[in-house]
Amino acid sequence: MTEKLLKTLGIPLRIYHFYRDGFRSMTLGKTLWKVIFIKLVIMFGVLKLFFFQDFLGSRFATDEERAEYVLEQLTQPVHDQDIGRGGR
Amino acid sequence: MMENFDPTMVNWARAQFALTAMYHWIFVPLTLGLSWLIAFYESIYLKTGNEEWKRLTKFWMKLFGINFAIGVATGIILEFEFGTNWSNYSWMVGDIFGAPLAIEGIFAFFLEATFFAVMFFGWEKVSKRFHLFSTYMVAFGSNLSAVWILVANGWMQNPVGMAFNPDTARFEMQNIMEVILSPVAVTKFTHTTSSSFVLAALFVISIASLFLLQKRHIVMAKRSIVVAAVFGLLGSILTGLTGDSSAYENGFYQPMKLAAYEGLYDGEHGAGLIAVGKLNPQKKVGDSQEAFEFEVRIPGALSFLTNRKFGSYVPGINDLVYGNEQENIMGAAEKIEKGKIAIRYLDAYKIAKKEGDELQATATLSIFKEFEQYLGYGYLQKPEDAVPPVALSFYSFHVMVILGLLFPLVCIAFLYFGMKGTLEKQSWLQVLGLPMVFLAFVASQAGWVVAEVGRQPWAIQDLLPVSMATSNLSTETVQLTFYLFAALFTILLLAEITIMAKQIKIGPEEI
Repeated sequence: MTEKLLKTLGIPLRIYHFYRDGFRSMTLGKTLWKVIFIKLVIMFGVLKLFFFQDFLGSRFATDEERAEYVLEQLTQPVHDQDIGRGGR
Repeated sequence: MMENFDPTMVNWARAQFALTAMYHWIFVPLTLGLSWLIAFYESIYLKTGNEEWKRLTKFWMKLFGINFAIGVATGIILEFEFGTNWSNYSWMVGDIFGAPLAIEGIFAFFLEATFFAVMFFGWEKVSKRFHLFSTYMVAFGSNLSAVWILVANGWMQNPVGMAFNPDTARFEMQNIMEVILSPVAVTKFTHTTSSSFVLAALFVISIASLFLLQKRHIVMAKRSIVVAAVFGLLGSILTGLTGDSSAYENGFYQPMKLAAYEGLYDGEHGAGLIAVGKLNPQKKVGDSQEAFEFEVRIPGALSFLTNRKFGSYVPGINDLVYGNEQENIMGAAEKIEKGKIAIRYLDAYKIAKKEGDELQATATLSIFKEFEQYLGYGYLQKPEDAVPPVALSFYSFHVMVILGLLFPLVCIAFLYFGMKGTLEKQSWLQVLGLPMVFLAFVASQAGWVVAEVGRQPWAIQDLLPVSMATSNLSTETVQLTFYLFAALFTILLLAEITIMAKQIKIGPEEI
């Protein structure tokens, strides 16, 4: 049973050790991972959270409302520029 | 909810997108090209068993890793901008690009995460063959990451395989193969990747030239250069061929872009290609002034490039703005009128649907469909708005082409002396090699300026101008994030240069 379990765990364990040893032996890689981490925190924790909200997603609850809004935008010139109305 | 777009905000949103895309494009082409070069170096190591090739491979792999780490996820910022600054556009194309881009992101991530780890951690832990396989898979995965975003860009320049749904205001995919295999998309991908191969080859040549000038790592530098020069030369040939296809397609799908980057105001039979020239800055669309203060023209070449016939007619900016009955060219002025009809009937359809008047809805939809292909023109104020910035398009195109002609010559020179075995004696060539990587970046960025500035005013060719693609935000909000991105990307670029310079100074590890 234990032997079978070890055999089953063999491949995942080897993969785990592969990554663990790889990360431990990094020199330059550690600096690069720090850069990646800081970058991702700034991008997702600051920029996305505070400055880049989904415009339509945050303003409207349903896709129908979003579609209606965009259609309003697309047909705006009919109302703004007096280009006439169709079919009326 | 009636809102008006602030043109200043639109320009800031454009500037922000240009800034982030151009910074992103500093990292990407080097990843695309260098990944293959590393795989080739490692292939030679596997074939020869010579440890010098392994040392060389590991050195370039380290620089590749730095570029990859600093550049990774910089493209996500563009996606942030789509949702926030370009919400109309995002909504309208979401059906076409949302899922494939997400699938590609996940697939490429797992492919790269798996094989990237083997490539860096696995030198002594997996077999040599599996390690090489992993290196190729990283190259394949990196280039695969570029497929959909370039297909998306190709679709924006030539929207095919879709239908506009007036109920949802979305472009819906009708034929995925038509989208992927659109000639513009195929050329976009091949031209972009092949030019990235050239850039990576010149990156290697520049750094190896530095080593030769410093009399350091001479054997490694010479070997690196020979392989890079072959790769750069083949990449240059492919870039030239795909560039020719790109111009040919511009003539067909985006004639205004072609006319702008050639500075062709009045169309002509047997149109000449401008080899070099200086535009007349006073020249305006529709006036009678000369377009150039001086120019060197290759007779008939533009006609041949555009139509594959020397005497054929190439429409100029004035033809495309005001029309040319004799040559059967509809001008922007007429298209604007048709576009306004399309908008008018889209509005009428929307109202009829709201009122439940199906008969009226069917009738108005039928008229809308008739004029739909001119929809985008209805948003232009005047015919001259259909003209992109001519000077920026013209000079960017010519800088790109001139540098694109220089690069294969440089590769041939390095290859010649490399094969002759006298590379370390050619100090003039080593000095010439030093700035090549910077020139390659200039050419690469100029290519994108031609592609993106040249297609203005369109976000989606003929269907949606950029002014209608944006979100209704305040100018201050977009300005603030512009400066935040400028700061963030500048810091990242400085980090890349600093870390890379340090590793170049250290050089390859001793065996």
